[in-house]
Amino acid sequence: MSSPTLVKPGRSPRRIAFSQAVGRWDIRFSPYLYISPFFLLFAVVGLFPLLYTGWVSVHDWNLIGGQGDFVGVKNFAFILGQSQFWIALRNTFSIFLLSTIPQLAIAIIIAAALDTNLRARTFWRMSVLLPYIVMPVAVTLIFSNLFGDRYGLVNTVLGQLGFDAIRFHTDVVASHLAIATMVNFRWTGYNALILLAAMQAVPRDYYEAATIDGAGRIRQFFSITIPQLRPTLIFVVITSTIGGLQIFDEPRLFDQYGQGGANHQWMTLTIYLYNLGWGQLNFGRAAAVAWLLFLIIVVIGLINLAITRRIASNEGTRK
Amino acid sequence: MSAGATSAPRPSVSAPLSLRDRLRARRARAVIAQRPGPLVYGILTAVFVAAVFPLYWSFLIGSGDAGTINDQARSWIPGGNFLANAAKVLENGSVNFWKAIGNSFIVSTVVSTSVVFFSTLAGYSFAKLRFRGKKGLLVFVIATMAVPTQLGVVPLFIVMSQLGWTGTLGAVIVPGLVTAFGVFWMAQYISQALPDELVEAGRIDGASMFQTFWYIGLPSARPAAAMLALFTFITTWTNFFWPFIVLDPQNPTLPVALQLLQGNYFVDYSVVLAGVLLATLPLFLLFAVAGRQLVAGIMQGAVKG
Repeated sequence: MSSPTLVKPGRSPRRIAFSQAVGRWDIRFSPYLYISPFFLLFAVVGLFPLLYTGWVSVHDWNLIGGQGDFVGVKNFAFILGQSQFWIALRNTFSIFLLSTIPQLAIAIIIAAALDTNLRARTFWRMSVLLPYIVMPVAVTLIFSNLFGDRYGLVNTVLGQLGFDAIRFHTDVVASHLAIATMVNFRWTGYNALILLAAMQAVPRDYYEAATIDGAGRIRQFFSITIPQLRPTLIFVVITSTIGGLQIFDEPRLFDQYGQGGANHQWMTLTIYLYNLGWGQLNFGRAAAVAWLLFLIIVVIGLINLAITRRIASNEGTRK
Repeated sequence: MSAGATSAPRPSVSAPLSLRDRLRARRARAVIAQRPGPLVYGILTAVFVAAVFPLYWSFLIGSGDAGTINDQARSWIPGGNFLANAAKVLENGSVNFWKAIGNSFIVSTVVSTSVVFFSTLAGYSFAKLRFRGKKGLLVFVIATMAVPTQLGVVPLFIVMSQLGWTGTLGAVIVPGLVTAFGVFWMAQYISQALPDELVEAGRIDGASMFQTFWYIGLPSARPAAAMLALFTFITTWTNFFWPFIVLDPQNPTLPVALQLLQGNYFVDYSVVLAGVLLATLPLFLLFAVAGRQLVAGIMQGAVKG
């Protein structure tokens, strides 16, 4: 569609033909050209490394010597035979659950509180989001101080109330709680705003009707708000699964040694991966951990999807 | 709750309502519009305290001295040592804090500029141009958001070291130049914000494809592009894992430098927490200026970067 206005009078026919051809190419290829940077970059820094991880994982490979012999599944067998791997798997899931479930529950409560006819509405919304701008490294440094075993504020307060100090840097569950608190600090408000947006999309008629029917606030919340939030909740759960299972910053900096505790109390899979690759310089084994973690995330993603489907079809029969 | 009940408060739709029903409906609306009680403000105040307290604590310790942390009788009013502690952070030879500040500015600015440009370009193409395979390609872009690409670190590191890029900012910048989320976000915005007629008018007036994008597509996408820039800047500024792997302590970004403050056997928390505040300060300023936009952006569907 090279329009006639393009052609100035007095040009030679050949130049007209040429500019028309350029115009045609422009129309045909520009759309692909414009989207190509994303695809090129994804291929080079996303897809290729992920697939190449599989190649590295079946070789002896170290940081200095590079590629060695093909070893088949030896790296995987080694990893799966290590108790460290299973401890890391347990820690990753434990921290993930401790940070996801309370976080969602609190985020829903905050969103419900924000979804009222508030005074100074913008102020409250912004205050909820404030922790989001603090980098995880900074959050961790602050909280590992607050949760200090001997002089931390939390234990000082517990002591003044007559309780025993909690050994956050020794006990498994306590360390997981401390790390989950850091994650929750940064993301609860963010997720509350996502849920707030979903709550505001619920038609107000529903609440009016429920009020007429005599349903109280609490009943309305559980019978109208929560069911209407379901798609958003699923979205939030899926995004936090992908990120949460790769958690690194918080457990890495929970103490100054970065090994995930003297007995691996809070060592996660990504820390294990890092230690194998950049601590022991064994890239083959690190790649095997990366692939295993990748599979775990895919499996959890599929489970999520199945649950979502199930819920969606239940929804259909109920109405 | 039956389906009939939802239409009850609309007298115009359903059968004429009795006076009693109408009064109830009005009361229902009044209940919804009324100001919330102390419980709601109590919850929000608690959340506010939880959000601000750790930062206040950092300032309290960061403005004291090495002994403040162990002092059971410490006051809740900040001391006067913050600038002295900040100076210790900045002058620490093994931490390279100044360099880290500069690097973080360079990396975050370059990455967010690039993400905005390439995402807008691709988003415009997906939203307004016609080409074969468009739908499938867009689905592919969205699907890549669920791929944990962070797990490709091992080969990515091998590639970077073969290119000789380890330790350079390029190794941190290049992988972030355009994101699936950015493309998706811009495509969504442009498809509803820019009328097709405007694009066609540009074409009829003889503009080339790129001119049409530059003079018509780009200006129309400005609000969404600004939000994308904000979120990309914050995500890049706070990113730790990959910079930590690929950069060395001589040439760090801020998170990489910050964690070095804790890397000593004896940790002086007054200095560490002063560093925490220094590293967060630029984003505090950003938050003060653009916090409202961040809230709006998340509520319009921004997801975690």
